[in-house]
Amino acid sequence: MAVIKKFKAVKISQNHLLGIQDLSFSEVSYILDEAKDFIKLNKSTSKKTDILRGKTQINLFFEPSTRTQSSFELAGKRLGADVMSMNIVNSAIKKGETLIDTAMTLNAMHPDIIVVRHQDSGAPNLLSQKVNCSVINAGDGRREHPTQALLDALTIINRRGKVEGLKIAICGDILHSRVARSNIYLMSMLGAEINVVAPKTLLPHSIERLGVNVFTDMKKGLDNCDIVMMLRLQNERMQGSFLPSAREYYEYFGLTPDKMAKAKKEALIMHPGPMNRGVEIDTNLADDINKSVIREQVELGVAVRMACLKIYCKKI
Amino acid sequence: MKEKYLINARIIDPKNQMDEIGGLIIDINGKIKAVGKKVANGNLPTGAEKIDLKRQILIPGIVDMRVFVGEPGYEYKENFRTLSNAALSGGVTSVVSMPNTSPVIDNVSMVDFLKRRGRDKAKINIYPAASLTKNIEGKQMTEFGLLKRKGIIAFTDGLKTVQNPQVMSRIMNYAGESGALIMQHAEDNILSAGGLINEGEISTRLGLKGIPFLAEKIIVERDLSFLEEYHCRYHISQISSGKTLSTIKRAKEEGKIFSTGVSINNLSLNENDIGDFRTFLKLSPPLRTEQDRLSLINAIDEGLIEVIVSDHKPEDEESKRLTFAQAATGATGIETLLPLALELFHNDSLKLNKIIAPLTSNPAKILGIDKGSLQIGRDADLCVVDINKPWVVNKDELLSKSKNTPIEDRKLQGQIIKTFIKGEMAFERA
Repeated sequence: MAVIKKFKAVKISQNHLLGIQDLSFSEVSYILDEAKDFIKLNKSTSKKTDILRGKTQINLFFEPSTRTQSSFELAGKRLGADVMSMNIVNSAIKKGETLIDTAMTLNAMHPDIIVVRHQDSGAPNLLSQKVNCSVINAGDGRREHPTQALLDALTIINRRGKVEGLKIAICGDILHSRVARSNIYLMSMLGAEINVVAPKTLLPHSIERLGVNVFTDMKKGLDNCDIVMMLRLQNERMQGSFLPSAREYYEYFGLTPDKMAKAKKEALIMHPGPMNRGVEIDTNLADDINKSVIREQVELGVAVRMACLKIYCKKI
Repeated sequence: MKEKYLINARIIDPKNQMDEIGGLIIDINGKIKAVGKKVANGNLPTGAEKIDLKRQILIPGIVDMRVFVGEPGYEYKENFRTLSNAALSGGVTSVVSMPNTSPVIDNVSMVDFLKRRGRDKAKINIYPAASLTKNIEGKQMTEFGLLKRKGIIAFTDGLKTVQNPQVMSRIMNYAGESGALIMQHAEDNILSAGGLINEGEISTRLGLKGIPFLAEKIIVERDLSFLEEYHCRYHISQISSGKTLSTIKRAKEEGKIFSTGVSINNLSLNENDIGDFRTFLKLSPPLRTEQDRLSLINAIDEGLIEVIVSDHKPEDEESKRLTFAQAATGATGIETLLPLALELFHNDSLKLNKIIAPLTSNPAKILGIDKGSLQIGRDADLCVVDINKPWVVNKDELLSKSKNTPIEDRKLQGQIIKTFIKGEMAFERA
């Protein structure tokens, strides 16, 4: 963490957090450094601060979410902001109101920051062009989920000291995963070597152009890795055109002790959640306190989101 | 109408292999009376209406084979009057309008309506295409014979592809007899389902579902296989991928007779131009890679692609101010078709006649219409171009009712100065 301290004076160039692709190394370091301060706060008995007192935060979720939404809600409340959460799944948009109409309506309420999740890639970018406050992307389509990648980086740094030089395997449904994309951008920026492991039908076109090594064999992909990141396989994709069955997927791509044995002995297991036990990950491995840092990811997620809210709320 | 003498022009007429300094005489009926180097200042009768073109380029009026007009049903996007004005400022004098209207152009009474509206509101020549299938549903073929007798010169489902191979094979089999021109938009719906842009690195980075090139190639291969059994007049509306070209090349080598078009967008832009989710560049077929773009240009040079179209598809702001997934597909382009095509001349990609022919004589020949050349006795539909004039595309200055140009702020070289329809000057740039 000592390396990160040096960048304390860095200012964030963009008004919005739309994706890791827009961030520089020093900006990432600044966010992670801020987040580290909040880890301690979140463990103390009095968790409330007044950093964002008087500020209004709107969580605008067009897609169902449990952990990301509650994490952002808690983060805003611990900073003292007034937090409002709106779930617009199957609501106004479907009735003909456009994203821009919704944005203009919310904008009239003078929020200081909008946290948005949307099923369409690029929706937060569009939103950010139409409102006067900061926009934080909480996941758009299959494009980016920047705060998830940042919390993953913080978790790794917390355990291993740094990301640089580590070998990270990202496994599973890469095609549909915004978490995978954001992590690929962030971990490469921080100096990790990245293997992606998936059946060919779940690999995006030209993924190797993102600077990753591509594997379709778990044991080869996990060989000598420091970190194994598993991705959620959505149930609707187990059958039909992408994969033959959940059983076959688990056999070849599920994280099991024999496959995990290929990674380094002290390798860590990560998962953005929610997990499908017995589909992409063996249930005992998921709960292995020596290897799995899945719960720590959730814990540090609040800290990272507090850092992002603090930094971007002050931007505009 | 008085006789008009257009003199001192560089006349380019690919049909008659003419590229010379000379003039053109328009007779009192608006027909071309004489053309070429013999028409010069020295031998004109005194008192004739004389227009000195000052060595600017005179070409046949452009024939655009793929244009969407909002009438009927979407008049707020474009009507015949606004389309006509936009076309004239782009030197386009004849268009084939697509049948994707509301209601669809799939029966004889709709054709009557369109012809009346076109005649009353538009100065340009409008050739409505009728749909291949009833209501563009891809199931029941339309009345090719009756529609053809009403003056329909081409049949297409426009934005859609006939997916069912049995329906398509029967269309091609039946159309052979009636001599109807079949124009196919080549895209396999299942392969392209949910796709928004070219499948590749950009689609991976933007997190947008990709449209594989195979969606296009597989339809072209299918239809060209049918063509071997069922001889009909067959035209592929537009292709976007270099990979499709190998299929076309092979079929031509085998002696199959058909033609192929390409949108000016696919010749001038590539997937990188989509940038930060610019919905004006959401097109069908999609913009593909730079390599594809170069292959398409090369195919024009080799004659594998015969036609360049604007694929003019006006969309109002509300249809485009949406997320990329929700936004409408298409871009306007009829006004900038020739200037943008001239970019390929200025950057040494294509010779001038290789650009003019796919915009004039080639589409006219495929459609079987008396347009697209400076033949004596034909309507004087003409376009005068200042080939070097620099200008910047400003959407507010474009005449189309919709402003969804994909080349806003692009610096172009070459602008239409005058457009004549049947001998009348219908457009002149101030």
